[in-house]
Amino acid sequence: MPPPTLDSILDERRSQPQELIEVLQDVQKHYGYISEDSMKTVSNELGVPLMDVYSVASFYKAFALQPRGKNVIRICTGTACHVRGAKLILNQAVGQLGIEPDEVSDDGLFTIEHVNCLGACALGPVVTDNGSYHNHMSPGKLRKLIKSLHKADTEENSND
Amino acid sequence: MTKIKTIKSLEALRKRILKDRKKIQSTLVMCGGTGCQASRCQDVIDAVKNELAKQGLTKNVCIRTTGCHGFCEQGPLMVIEPDNIFYCHILPDDAHEIVTKTIRDNEVVERLLYIDPGSGKQVQTESEIPFYRAQDRHLLAQNRLVDPCSIEDYIAIGGYAAFAKALFEIPPESIVREIKDSGLRGRGGGGFPTGRKWSECASATGDEKYVICNADEGDPGAYMDRCVLEGNPHLVLEGMMIGALAIGAHQGYVYVRNEYPLAVKHARVAIEQAREIGLLGANILGSSFSFDTDIARGGGAFVCGESTALMSSLEGKVGEPRPKDVHTVTDGLWHKPTTLNNVETWANVPAIILNGSSWFASKGSKGSKGTKILALTGHIKNTGLVEVAMGTTINTIVFDIGGGGSNGNSIKAVQTGGPSGGCLPADKFGLAVDFDELAKAGSMVGSGGMVVMGQETCMVDVAKYFLTFLQDESCGKCVPCRLGIDRMLEIVTDITEGNGTHQQISLLEELGSTVSQTALCGLGKTAANPVLSTLRYFRDEYETHINEKKCSAGVCQALVTYSVDSEKCTCCGICKRACPHGAVVGKKKQVHAVNLDLCQKCGICKSECDFDAIQVQ
Repeated sequence: MPPPTLDSILDERRSQPQELIEVLQDVQKHYGYISEDSMKTVSNELGVPLMDVYSVASFYKAFALQPRGKNVIRICTGTACHVRGAKLILNQAVGQLGIEPDEVSDDGLFTIEHVNCLGACALGPVVTDNGSYHNHMSPGKLRKLIKSLHKADTEENSND
Repeated sequence: MTKIKTIKSLEALRKRILKDRKKIQSTLVMCGGTGCQASRCQDVIDAVKNELAKQGLTKNVCIRTTGCHGFCEQGPLMVIEPDNIFYCHILPDDAHEIVTKTIRDNEVVERLLYIDPGSGKQVQTESEIPFYRAQDRHLLAQNRLVDPCSIEDYIAIGGYAAFAKALFEIPPESIVREIKDSGLRGRGGGGFPTGRKWSECASATGDEKYVICNADEGDPGAYMDRCVLEGNPHLVLEGMMIGALAIGAHQGYVYVRNEYPLAVKHARVAIEQAREIGLLGANILGSSFSFDTDIARGGGAFVCGESTALMSSLEGKVGEPRPKDVHTVTDGLWHKPTTLNNVETWANVPAIILNGSSWFASKGSKGSKGTKILALTGHIKNTGLVEVAMGTTINTIVFDIGGGGSNGNSIKAVQTGGPSGGCLPADKFGLAVDFDELAKAGSMVGSGGMVVMGQETCMVDVAKYFLTFLQDESCGKCVPCRLGIDRMLEIVTDITEGNGTHQQISLLEELGSTVSQTALCGLGKTAANPVLSTLRYFRDEYETHINEKKCSAGVCQALVTYSVDSEKCTCCGICKRACPHGAVVGKKKQVHAVNLDLCQKCGICKSECDFDAIQVQ
């Protein structure tokens, strides 16, 4: 299904400044990031100064201002995961992919994000790939996960 | 579904649902909470569904996918009613045996039962498991009884009866009095008396008032609100409806973390169902009371857990707190009187109305009534969600319920209350989980996170971890929080890198106390707690870092060196393959070594080595 247009996201929300965060949430969800152009449109349509749109978009962690990789690996660095070695997991991802958190790998396939809590603390360290959860993570398990995602994407490309 | 317009038709609906369900012989209750989902419970559910269909057993056997049962470590979990047989660690391949033996032949599949580590014997039901036995689960136990997406399930267990009672039998001021008398205090962190909040908001002038449910659970290490909202959204909704009735609000908001997609979905479904059936909207149950509520997704800012920041965010603005000289109960959302409580607080309300304030006040300690849900995590055997009467000691929670340290290791500390709380050493485990008692000890109940830390944890690193978190999350509005945390983090970083001095410890204490006294909001005021509490109880660890330039737990990267123990090395090559920095060298069948020039001290080799051959000194 194609993503909804910015127009349809704004439907029934125009001229309602209080809807700003909800609109940005939907833009983020469907486009993966919030572009300068969408900020300008949102600003015009909701009647919120562009400066305020930018200030909100850059304040909340939920919004990315740059496109992200095709696969988003989110590593929980909450307290429960931290004491069980979340740092190792983050180091593994950074070392293996050669990118820092929030950067995109050269092939455009990966972005690493660290989040403060994914809310599955009993099963830490926790990692999600594109929203699906993996518990009791170890550097080895993550290495295999990244490899399998990489393989799936390369195969998909060669079939195109 | 037809609209219910009177209290009689609500009761008639309840009777009809219960009558229809008498035909059901057996129900397979699957935990579908986030923990069990991470353990792939959906595959098990699909397999069980297929198997029931294959064996032609779908007519009188039901599957109920519910919210979190609490014992996440043992997931995927299943309870089979009516005998409440408890199976754990279920795999999709077990579906055939479960359906054939337990459902068709009424036999127990013994290999899926839980083994009591104390006695070594298999046990059949939750009530026999030590983890559950020592708890008082009046909120969490309901999760097992309802499918969160079924309002019928909730009505079947007596749902919305408390609201109907409040609507027709109790005048608003008496509802407020009941909550006051119950001694309920806010479960979100501050522990403010809920009844007092309601009473001030009820007497505030203005026709337009709001109720808000704070489900922006940002404390790392706490996930009880997620599980209550995910598992039993109607309970939270009912609590909010009673609150709205008491203070005279007609509109509510559930502000929920966007990182909790399942909670967003279930809350949304619950609201739609309640609207459809007429429990939300105009003239509810034929009365003059009208109320509706909406969902707002949070933007992932820790500071939005603070009430004034949350309200700014609801208004579509940057989530910055404001000074609290004007209370939100008189000047809150859109400058209207607003009552904000967190998920667990709202969830406690219906039972207080139904059973009376004295029932609630009979549980708990002198100043902290009722039960509290705690997230027991970290280096402990039984991790999961635990609900105990307030006043229960940390010892009971960690050892009787939690089963002690993981892998039999000894426990160094428990961190309670998240980034606003503190670390308590093992010799303080006699303390009760009570708002006032933990505050006296330099920590707090907070929202109920309880992270257990073993000997392998460095307490200076823990302080650094929280400061890094808080530096990242400080909204930056007030100077003490923004710069105070920065400076404290610089000092603690110096100490963890072996550049610390003794004078810095007193400076750290001074800074901490200044931040506590002068920051604008509750989060800033408590930001120094992790540092101050570790300094209070684990000062020796700070001193070892300063005097000996040593991290006894082997955590602080700048103070440790990695090497291979040639006695233990089996030349398997795992560490070499694991190291993402290419710092492990060695040929096949040769003892490996660490190239210190390339080593980033990330610890991956140590975590991957099966033979304990990587040394950290």
